[in-house]
Amino acid sequence: MSAHGNTYVPRSRLAKWFESRLPIVGLVHSSFVAFPVPRNLTYFWTFGAILIAFLGIQIITGVWLAMHYEPSAKGAFDSVEHIMRDVNYGWLLRYAHANGASMFFVAVYVHIFRNLYYGSYKAPREVLYILGVVIYLLMMATAFLGYTLPWGQMSYWGATVITNILAAIPVVGDTIQSLLWGGYSVGNPTVNRFFSLHFLLPWMIAGVVVLHVWALHVTGQNNPTGIPIKSSKDAVPFTPYATIKDVFAVVVFMILFAWFIFYQPNYLGHADNYVPANPAVTPAHIVPEWYFLPFYAILRAVPSKLGGVILMFSAVLILALAPWLDTSRVRSCNYRPIYRQFFWVFVAVCVILGWLGAKPPEGGYVIASQICTAYYFAHFLVVMPLVGLFETPTPLPGSILESVTGPGKQVGGSGMPAGAAAAPTTKG
Amino acid sequence: MANTTAAAPAGAAPQEGTRRDFLFLATGAGLAVGAGAVAWPFVASMAPDAATIAAGAPLEVDLSPITDGQIVNVFWRGKLIFVRKLTEKEITDMKAVPVGQLIDPAAADTRVKKGHEQWLVVYGNCTHLGCVPIGHSGNFEGWSCPCHGSQFDALGRVRRGPAPINLPIPPYAFQSDTKIRIGEEGGKAAA
Repeated sequence: MSAHGNTYVPRSRLAKWFESRLPIVGLVHSSFVAFPVPRNLTYFWTFGAILIAFLGIQIITGVWLAMHYEPSAKGAFDSVEHIMRDVNYGWLLRYAHANGASMFFVAVYVHIFRNLYYGSYKAPREVLYILGVVIYLLMMATAFLGYTLPWGQMSYWGATVITNILAAIPVVGDTIQSLLWGGYSVGNPTVNRFFSLHFLLPWMIAGVVVLHVWALHVTGQNNPTGIPIKSSKDAVPFTPYATIKDVFAVVVFMILFAWFIFYQPNYLGHADNYVPANPAVTPAHIVPEWYFLPFYAILRAVPSKLGGVILMFSAVLILALAPWLDTSRVRSCNYRPIYRQFFWVFVAVCVILGWLGAKPPEGGYVIASQICTAYYFAHFLVVMPLVGLFETPTPLPGSILESVTGPGKQVGGSGMPAGAAAAPTTKG
Repeated sequence: MANTTAAAPAGAAPQEGTRRDFLFLATGAGLAVGAGAVAWPFVASMAPDAATIAAGAPLEVDLSPITDGQIVNVFWRGKLIFVRKLTEKEITDMKAVPVGQLIDPAAADTRVKKGHEQWLVVYGNCTHLGCVPIGHSGNFEGWSCPCHGSQFDALGRVRRGPAPINLPIPPYAFQSDTKIRIGEEGGKAAA
């Protein structure tokens, strides 16, 4: 980059003084201004920015809600109603937080499936990818803890069902359960510590996000062709190209978010959670939030309690093995005619599992859950290794530039800094 | 012998261990013990506290107002407990069930206290994932769980999965014919 005169050079004496003591402006410049991104990125590559936006929204609305929330079995439900009725704009903070969690998961699922389609998990991005799986696990834990806090019927019984799942772990299960409960059942100590942990985990997510972005800036971004940047003409500078595109995508996504907040604030929730927690009565139909439904279906697919628990956790952890299970030398599904079809079958199976997770566990639904669960694991353990070995990929373009302009065309182009398009960044 | 030790001065020294090795091991051991000692209070503080344990003291339940066939909910240690007065028909029906065919085999007399066959005391959370089964429903004169369809008979024995075991019996003892004490078995307080 320095060859193109694109490194941050402090101009003023103050900036020089500061940069020689803490080179943070230079770090930001090289990471988010001059950083080369493939010129063919689509809007599927804006979901990282959308996710960071939602982490921020969740933390800010969450901190503000915590100013009014009371983490106790007696006070929790009433304090949430107090937020809704008495606190100025409390309804907005709470609806933004509750729907923000759902939007967070919408974005993360697009982000994950984009990753799987374009083979972004493959070498050299394995560590980057596994950090993403870690973030996803932390998100699930945070979302579960947060859902228990309003202390309605679904909160209470969701907490009961999930902590009972942990008790199925051999040897240490009961101890873990007791340490989570802080008593002999889900109760006042439970909601108190769940609040504390719900406040802690987002900061851990933020920490892993820093590592995730760091790793991304070491390997560089993947792109729809899956082939790496070979020359400066394959790339454009992060600012303004990716910055503006990311901001635009975030704004568009906010329209969806705002629609939920202002028009359908309770659509993704459960009416039962507006009934205060009652340990003597179970809601007729306990279902988790929509983003957990596929895993809930997997949990219930096996008649054995421990078996279901093992399968459910494996379903998430097997994601982390994808870089080694996929034997193909080609990353992007654009050039993998066979695997591309299996990919869409896999997406369909995940959606069907989600639908099954919301159904009562009886008859045909259980059988369908079992078939889909088997396919889910077969995709990773059978399809990924075998298709990679036997498939003949279609020809890859010679470069990212060629994939954009067509083969053999001369481009005077807007590649990295040499071109006119990069001029804004050099003005410093 | 003297010759060999003199011939290998460099090789002999490490066998004794240096002061540096000692410091390394001692520091490492100190760190491990220290880390454990610091971690312990943090973990232990998450266990049920003294107030919670105190609130979990044995609970006396007066049985006299309970009528035939009635199920009464009581809470002990935050856990729901069903106290059920069985009817004569239920007692006879339950004794007729072949024990060997049960999912979690338990003879009728192991589910109640001797001399008090009318009284069933069981935890009120399904052994699958902890939902509360609905009384007087299902096909076995007992409970059925609304969550995942488990069914229990009049003695709280699981008759249809996915629940793996019978509704557990809490520790309790009869103080008199009309009074039980939950949390104590034969004069001993439960842990």
